[in-house]
Amino acid sequence: MKIGIYPGCSLEGSARDYNQSVFALAKAFDIEPVQIPDWNCCGATAAHNLNKELSLALPARILALAEKHGLDEIVVPCAACYSRLMVTQHELKIHPELKNRICEVIEMDYKGTSKVINVIEWIDKYIIPKLEEKVKKPFNYKVACYYGCLLVRPNKVLNYDRVEDPQTMDVVMNKIGATSLDFAFKTECCGAGLSISRTDIVSKLSGKIIEDAEHRGADAIIVACPMCHSNLDMRRADINKYWKTEFKIPVIFVTQAIGLAIGLTPEEVGFKRHFVEVKIS
Amino acid sequence: MSHSDHHIERNSLAAKVEKEVEVKAQKCYQCGKCSAGCPVAEDMDFPPSMVLRMLQTEIPANDEKILKSHSIWLCVTCEMCLTRCPMEIDIPSMMDYLRQKSRSESKENPKAKNIIAFHKSFLSSIKHTGRLYELGLILDYKRQSLNMTQDMSLGPKMLSRGKLHIFPEKIKDMAHMARIFKKTSK
Repeated sequence: MKIGIYPGCSLEGSARDYNQSVFALAKAFDIEPVQIPDWNCCGATAAHNLNKELSLALPARILALAEKHGLDEIVVPCAACYSRLMVTQHELKIHPELKNRICEVIEMDYKGTSKVINVIEWIDKYIIPKLEEKVKKPFNYKVACYYGCLLVRPNKVLNYDRVEDPQTMDVVMNKIGATSLDFAFKTECCGAGLSISRTDIVSKLSGKIIEDAEHRGADAIIVACPMCHSNLDMRRADINKYWKTEFKIPVIFVTQAIGLAIGLTPEEVGFKRHFVEVKIS
Repeated sequence: MSHSDHHIERNSLAAKVEKEVEVKAQKCYQCGKCSAGCPVAEDMDFPPSMVLRMLQTEIPANDEKILKSHSIWLCVTCEMCLTRCPMEIDIPSMMDYLRQKSRSESKENPKAKNIIAFHKSFLSSIKHTGRLYELGLILDYKRQSLNMTQDMSLGPKMLSRGKLHIFPEKIKDMAHMARIFKKTSK
């Protein structure tokens, strides 16, 4: 089957590992992800911080392109892109005048008919039903599922999972044989877009998340967002320097963990691209 | 005259926030849950509940302090405050408005220089390629922030892991992107 996909910029660059595992998983389950033709950046934090109209126009162009090419359902693996697309759909739905203005800006029709889903919803809908027969090597590890901010918030707009103690990723991980742990930092912020401009704040916030996961005896932190991954993985040296620690816990994308469980190799799911060595295989 | 009309006629920052982003600062009863849950509150000059209280006073000197604050730029839009607010006050949308207002009035806090430089470099990257060109972003940010030595070891490690493109990947319809940026520029 075919499904629309909006990879977003991170998956083409700093989150190549995530991208690789999403596509490997899709292939294993006979899913053909179709990229929205000529997609652009969603604008991320920068656009909504500096220019509201631009922050709606950029996602609106993406959604309008998806509609134009008949992609009724789009999976968005990046939680930050997912949030921007969902917020834009919501804003344009409740403010018809704003919608008209944004259509003028993008010079395209926009109806808001393409359904946007996050990576866990995609897994739930298309992977889980066939998962049991495919699991070859149960993921027999203790994990702390880290949802971050934008997979669950703003909850009134996303309308997805419990906002304070979400469960969807835990359920998926338990289905492949993992033991998901209670974890106090499930939805705390990693510092997100301050990664480069205020690395000190990112080190502080991300360190607290890692500390709690390690303290509870987790073998890995499981994520579904490239921003969370880059802050917890690529920034590990800064985090350990800031907290004077030696945290070694790996940070694994949920799609990588499922990939391993169905028999893909660590290389196929992109572990070699991580900064923190992953000894799980 | 109703209570809300009263505020719209006034020229306070609270009235502008109410008109532009439909966020009513007056609804806040200072429970402090937003500040308690805010991951960056301890780094802020005024935590979110304090910003709301200052807006409520509708005193020009307080409005000025907000627009010149470091807080509005430190806010990472994690949306925790809105999630926990018993009055459902959309603080993140309010922060977006305050940042843009601060910039249009050239009142940006000097301590937020690097944060703003990063956002500008990010948008400039999209403007020129349609997609984020991470290497270009980092180099442009370094130029703008004059922070040349930071993250020197990160680049080579990213390159060796295939996480950084040397050249940008441009979208096909760059003319379309240029028109979107032009139409939304203020």
